[in-house]
Order: sequence, then structure tokens, then C-alpha cells
Amino acid sequence: MRAGSSPWFKWPLIGAVMLALLWLVTGVYAAGQPVVAVALLAFGGLALYTYGSARTLAWRYLFPGVAGMLVFVAFPLLYTMQIGFTNYSASNLLGEERARAYLLDQHTVDEDQSFGYTLHAEGQAWRLLLTPPEGAAEAGRYVSPPLTLGRGNGAALPMSAAPAGSPALGEPLPLREVLRHRDALMALALALPDGRTLRYTGVREFGTMEPLWKAGANGSLLRVASGAEYRPNPDTGFFENAAAERVQPGFKVGIGWANYSRMLFDADVRGPFISIFVWTVTFALLSVVFSTALGMTLAVVLNWEALKYRTLYRTLLFLPYAVPGFISILVFKGLFNQNFGEINAILDALFGVRPAWFADPLLAKTMILIVNTWLGYPYIMVLCTGLIKAIPADLYEASAIAGAGPLTNFFKITLPLIVRPLTPLLISAFAFNFNNFVLISLLTDGRPDYLNTKLPAGTTDILVSYTYRIAFTDAGANFGLAAAISTLIFFMVALMSLANLKLARVNDSSKG
Amino acid sequence: MPIVTGKSQRWRIWAAHAGLWLLLAITLFPLLAVISISLRPGNFSTGSLIPTTISFEHWQLALGFPYTQPDGTVVQPPFPVLLWLWNSLKIATISALLIVAISTTAAYAFARLRFAHKTSILNGMLLLQMFPVAVALVAIYAIFEGIGSVVPWLGIETHAGLIVAYLGGVAMHIWTIKGYFETIPTEIEENAKVDGASHWQAFRLVLLPMAVPILMVVFVLAFIGTIIEYPVASILLREENNLTLAVGSKQYLQDQKFLWGDFAAAAVLSGLPITLVFLAAQRWIVSGLTAGGVKG
Repeated sequence: MRAGSSPWFKWPLIGAVMLALLWLVTGVYAAGQPVVAVALLAFGGLALYTYGSARTLAWRYLFPGVAGMLVFVAFPLLYTMQIGFTNYSASNLLGEERARAYLLDQHTVDEDQSFGYTLHAEGQAWRLLLTPPEGAAEAGRYVSPPLTLGRGNGAALPMSAAPAGSPALGEPLPLREVLRHRDALMALALALPDGRTLRYTGVREFGTMEPLWKAGANGSLLRVASGAEYRPNPDTGFFENAAAERVQPGFKVGIGWANYSRMLFDADVRGPFISIFVWTVTFALLSVVFSTALGMTLAVVLNWEALKYRTLYRTLLFLPYAVPGFISILVFKGLFNQNFGEINAILDALFGVRPAWFADPLLAKTMILIVNTWLGYPYIMVLCTGLIKAIPADLYEASAIAGAGPLTNFFKITLPLIVRPLTPLLISAFAFNFNNFVLISLLTDGRPDYLNTKLPAGTTDILVSYTYRIAFTDAGANFGLAAAISTLIFFMVALMSLANLKLARVNDSSKG
Repeated sequence: MPIVTGKSQRWRIWAAHAGLWLLLAITLFPLLAVISISLRPGNFSTGSLIPTTISFEHWQLALGFPYTQPDGTVVQPPFPVLLWLWNSLKIATISALLIVAISTTAAYAFARLRFAHKTSILNGMLLLQMFPVAVALVAIYAIFEGIGSVVPWLGIETHAGLIVAYLGGVAMHIWTIKGYFETIPTEIEENAKVDGASHWQAFRLVLLPMAVPILMVVFVLAFIGTIIEYPVASILLREENNLTLAVGSKQYLQDQKFLWGDFAAAAVLSGLPITLVFLAAQRWIVSGLTAGGVKG
């Protein structure tokens, strides 16, 4: 970093970092994350260039910040778009190579050929005695040479037929003690004199294990039992036989626009998707309208010099913004609880009603709007206070001379003057609420749910919480579909941001 | 303002006070109610709002001590609140320090150095920051799963991974610090350079000591921002002992297990310090809000 560090120090260091980077990249690539690996390689390379080259002074200061943003903000956006075109989900989690390796590692246990076993101490070592199950075709018992448990050496232990009386062995170890050696036992392979190999198959058993699959030609898999061939299908992401029967798990492949067409044409997804979209817009719009109405009124009233204790009011009314959101939202969740909540206790005492805030869709939406207005008005109040302070006082003096009342003042002077600088901020507030995941997730979790939908969807879910649900909470973990919906949200956010920038620029230029 | 007041003025002032009092009552109700609930015995009683008997059982449980009920049964603390608080503080402190370090150096480059596409890079960063992290959760999850399969201590279910994930949110802080740097005259650093200081020395030994106030502000902002962050923490952390406060608190209010009183005590315990820090830093937060919003 500092100028003039000696080349004897610099170049070996760069070499070492380069090696570490390559090791990391190969590791990530081998772990089945090629996109992440390429991104890592690009960033590592850029970092090396930035701190190695002499011509990149400014970027040495910029790099950590810009890299942080690119890696954890920009890259996730692009990566989400890419995932939206794949079938990435709980059943298609791994790459093709790793899915194949996983399947090839599957075994079946042949129940007819399993032996019971007992463990016998012999000095410091142990002997294993295999006993065929009662009524099995096997007759003979087998005994192992003395072995030390815990030091697996991979080679199969030769077992020998045990004489009928087996006098040489001591008392068998109780099961509890045997369980302590489970890991060592699992590593054992026992070779019987007739050539069979036995492995640990259960707490009380050793048995033969047959692989379920064999690798076939062209990356296909052969089922050992039937010999049927299952070929990897790059369109569906599953190993399939001629009758298109699939093997779980599948693997991750690109499926083009399928997630998007599901959103538009699959009735099971489209129905809830459209209602959720409508509610998202309604929710964001009404939240902004209510908090603006309340916040602006308060700002105007608290700007009235004849009013005493204004600072005290302002501080207390600002409190909802200062309390951490995750706490106040959960507090409301408790207060609104139908049976134990204080709000229903008060309503019950006053009017004798106990509304089901969390079970009725309309009430749940009302509750969300009430809570969000409570959370949101202080922000607008603070913004408006600042903007109103900038209005020259002589305008109000002139209007007072003309005999105007407070309402005329507000609609003819205050509002027209603050509406322009306020608009971009309100658009930001709209965009924020459009994606107000924390509120929905903590307050209702999207519930109450729609009935009769294939993918669970809630009546109070907004788009972001719906994608979270699809991806992280419900069975199936359909990351691909969730990412496709997220991509749609990006474009909407981008549109709002552009509108915002444009308005802000108009404001700046009008200021001179 | 020398404005002549009419006769209706006094009535309007009274009306304004009455309206404000009503609004204050609604606004403060949840906050006062939660304090009262934390002192009320039992998790279910819906009695009076002002507790008739004061019990510290919820506070005892929140602070991690088992509580013995009058009938002799011992209640164990339901969740490790103090551990969650510690996790939150640890993660927030480390990420805030790193965020300050990263944004300071970047702000220095934006304020003092010349390089190509300076404005477009800055605008691009501010624009990028408008995309909520909550939308890219799937990708963030996949990224950390990928990292974790090679570097386990940086993967999912690790605090280090979460800290690293927070380092993306620096654009606003760079903007704030850059604004401050620009108010400091360049001549001081140039003098230092004439005396033989390198860029790095001029930055570290001359400019940084003068910028300590703004660095403290950014630290507090980043600290609060991290401590209340919920979406990313909720996908990266799942094990009970690993959670942060923001993720863990939710578990008190499940439909099957509704620990209202215990939650109230935990909420006051953890929420009060954060609220006080926020109020203390209010001035800068608010100016940051307006400035940031207008600039986009």
C-alpha cells in the first residue's frame, strides 16, 4: 500500500496471494458454484492489480468500498436474475456432477445377508463376533482377528470361521458401550472367507451393501437391480429413463423463461400473484398517503409559533421512529392479539367487540396500515418541518395582511412550496414500503393464507415477503421462481429510482 | 412574527393542544403498555393496563435467571436474550468499524483524488443502494452457501459471514464523509505533502484526525443500521444460540407459544438502549435523511 515498499517483499507477497486466490476459486468451483467462482476470480484479480500496480493510486482507496457494493449489492442482483432462469430448488439443489456422485453413493442393504455382532474385549484390543440371524440360511459364525478400534486403515479385515463353542472370547460388551465405538465400527470393512464384504448397516448389524446405481455411458446412470438406464435430461434437470420417470434428487439447469411463464400462465401461481401485486401497490400507496397526511399536518401545527411546548411535542412524537422497528412491530403484534392483546381488551370494555385482527384478511390489512402509519409519520413530519422552515416568513406576513386564514395559508403557500422537494422523498418512501419486508414478516408473516392455492400465499403478503416464503419457509424451497419474481421487483424499483432521480434533478436545476 | 391575532386564536390553540394530546396518547400507548406488561405477573392475564401487583418475573427471565413461582415450580428462561444481545452488539460493532474504515478511504478518493468517471461511479453506487437487500436474499443465501462450502467460518450460520454481508451498504456513508472532507481545506494536506508525506500519510496522519467527529457519526449510524437489520440475518442465522436480537425476538410471539410478558421485558431491555442511542444521534440521522433523500 505504501509507496516505496521493496520489490523483494512485494512480488513474493503478490505471488502468495495469487496462489491463495486460485486455491479458493478451484474450491468454490469444485463445490458446484461456478458463478460464484468466476466472480471471485474476477474480484481477486482486480484486487491484485489495484494493489500491485503503480498506476492505480485512487483505486487503492476506492477498492474496498466499491468491491463491497459490487459483491454484496450488485452481484446478488445479477445473480438473482440468473437464478430466475434456472430450476434451482430443494429438489434441484446440486450441479449435475454432484447429483450424479450423490446417486452413485446410494446403497441398498440386503436384509437376507445381515449378521448380528458382538464386541469382546481382549486385552487392549477387541474382537468382533458375527452371528447369523435366527432362521437365516447362514449357519456359521465368524470371528475377527484382534483389532484396535479408532485407527481405521481402510483394508478389509479378514474374518475367519469361529468354532462352535467359542471359548476364547470374553463377555460381550453391553450395547451402550458398543455405541461409543460406533464411528470406528462404521469405518470397518469385514471380508468373509467366501469373498463377501460386510459393512456396518445398523446399530446391531453388519451386512452386505450393494450400490444402487452404476455409472453408464455418456453420463447416464444404470440401476443395478434392473439394469434400466437413466439419462440426464438437460431440459428438466433430472435423470430420466425412457418412460421419463425421474430420479430424485435432480440437478440445477437453466430452464429459460419457464418461471416467468408460470407466473403469467399457470393458474395456481397467477391467481395469488396478481392479488399480492395489487395489495403490494395498495399497501405502499396508502401507507405513504396516511403517513404524509398525518406527518404534514403535525409539521404545520408544530410550526405555529403561538403554540407552547412545541419542542416537547416534537420529541415525543418522534419516538416511534427512534424505537427499533423489529421491537415496535412485535409489540404491536402482541397488542393486537385477539385473545391476550390489550387493544382488544380496551375495545371489549368500550364496545364489547373483539375483532380477529390476524384471522380476517380485511382486518389484518387495516392493522398493517395502522401500524405502518404509526411507524412512518415521524419521518414525514421531520422532512416537512425542515422544508417548512425554509419558507420565507414574509409570505405569511403578507397573507395575514390580506386576511387569510390558516387553511388558505396551507393550501396557497405551504403546500405549493413544499410539494416539489417532497415528491422525490415520497417516491422513496413508496419504494421503501413496496419492499417493506420487515413489517409484513414480523407482524403477520403474510397470514391469513389464501385457501386452495398450490403454493402457499398470504392475503397480507407483499411481493418481497411472498418471494421469501417461496424460497425459505415452505417445503420445496423454489429458489428459481422466487428469483424470477425478485427480478420483476428489481425492474419496478429501478423505475421508481429513475423517476426519483429525474424529479430530484429538475428540483436541483430549478434551484439554480 | 408581528401578525395580528384574531379572537378565534385562543380556541384554536386549545383545539391544537387537545388534538396533540390525543395523538400523543395513541403514539405513546404501545410504548407505555409494553413497560407495564413487562412488570405484570403472568403471560396471559389481560387485567388492567396499570399493574396492580408488580412482579419482576419477566425481567428475571430476560436477564437469564430462573424464576420460582409461588407454587414452587421453577421457570427456566425461554430464550438466551443476553446472548442474543451480545451477538447483536458484537456483529454491529465489528461491521460498523469495518464500514467506517471502508467508507472513509473511499470518501477520501472521491473528495481528494482525480480519476476517471468519478461522478458516474458515485451516482451508480447511490443508485445501487436503492435496491433493497430483501429482494436479493435468494442470491445472498446462494453466495454464502458457496463461500461456506470452501471457507466454513465465512459461510451460512456464521457471524463472520453476516458481518461480511453487511459491508455492501456503504454508499450513503461514503456520501456523508465525502461531504465532510470537502469542508476541510486542502492546503493542510498539501503542506504535509510538501514536507515529504505520501498520499497515505497525508490521509492517515493529517486528514483523519480532523475528521474524527464525522467518523463517530457514521459509526453510530452504521451501528444502529446493523443492529436493527432483519432480512439478511434471518436467512444466514438459524440456530438459537447464534441469532441476533432482531431475529430472535420474533420467537417470543408464536401462535403456539405466546410469551407476551417475557417478550415485553426482553423488548424493553434491548430496545431502550438502542432508542436512547438513536435519540442522541437524531440530529445527524435526520440531516442525513434529508440530504440523502434529496440527492437520491
